Amino acid sequence: MPLPVQREIDARGSFCPGPLMELIRAVRGSEVGDLIAVLSKDPGSRTDIPAWLKKAGHDLVAMEDEVGYTRFVARKVR
Amino acid sequence: MSEKMSVILFSGTADRLQAAATIVSGAAAMDVETHVFLTFWGLNAFRREQTKVPPPMSPEYGELGRAVGEMMIAKGVPSWRQLIAGAKDLGTVYVHACAMTMDLMGLAKEDLDPSVDDVIGVGTFIQLSEGGRTIFI
Repeated sequence: MPLPVQREIDARGSFCPGPLMELIRAVRGSEVGDLIAVLSKDPGSRTDIPAWLKKAGHDLVAMEDEVGYTRFVARKVR
Repeated sequence: MSEKMSVILFSGTADRLQAAATIVSGAAAMDVETHVFLTFWGLNAFRREQTKVPPPMSPEYGELGRAVGEMMIAKGVPSWRQLIAGAKDLGTVYVHACAMTMDLMGLAKEDLDPSVDDVIGVGTFIQLSEGGRTIFI
């Protein structure tokens, strides 16, 4: 069962660093405490998304491997 | 991590512009203040009239370069122009045009892509890039 979220972005058509950019925009437009998911096929996201979340001070709640893509779930902390 | 990055964009071929724009996007995403200094062929690529003609790939990669270029179009990879615009929208990114190249090519600020912020001399760029890392593409 995928974790329920406030917002889910399908960035599977985006290239590096597109999924990260889309996540940043979504986080900026969300409320503190919201869960935001992003779907990415970009292998760079596996390192870039956790690195950005850590730097920006948000939580990486889950990184779920699906067939052909990864679903990242973040919580906006501040 | 250094919180400032400067890119001297000298090249005007599609592959190098793409690499530079992708790195600039990453820097913007990671909240790193970024200064792009356009000189020679890099500046030439930012001329408004160049928007109609896509820049060529670097010739040294021959057939492979052309194949990768076609693959980028087929896969819908955003253009370097879109990447720069997106990076400016998201983070702190300044695009500076080299005053010397402008003079050499007989260009005015109005002849350049709207993503270009200003026209500066190399001395100003050296000042702006101080304290950060600088890459040359």
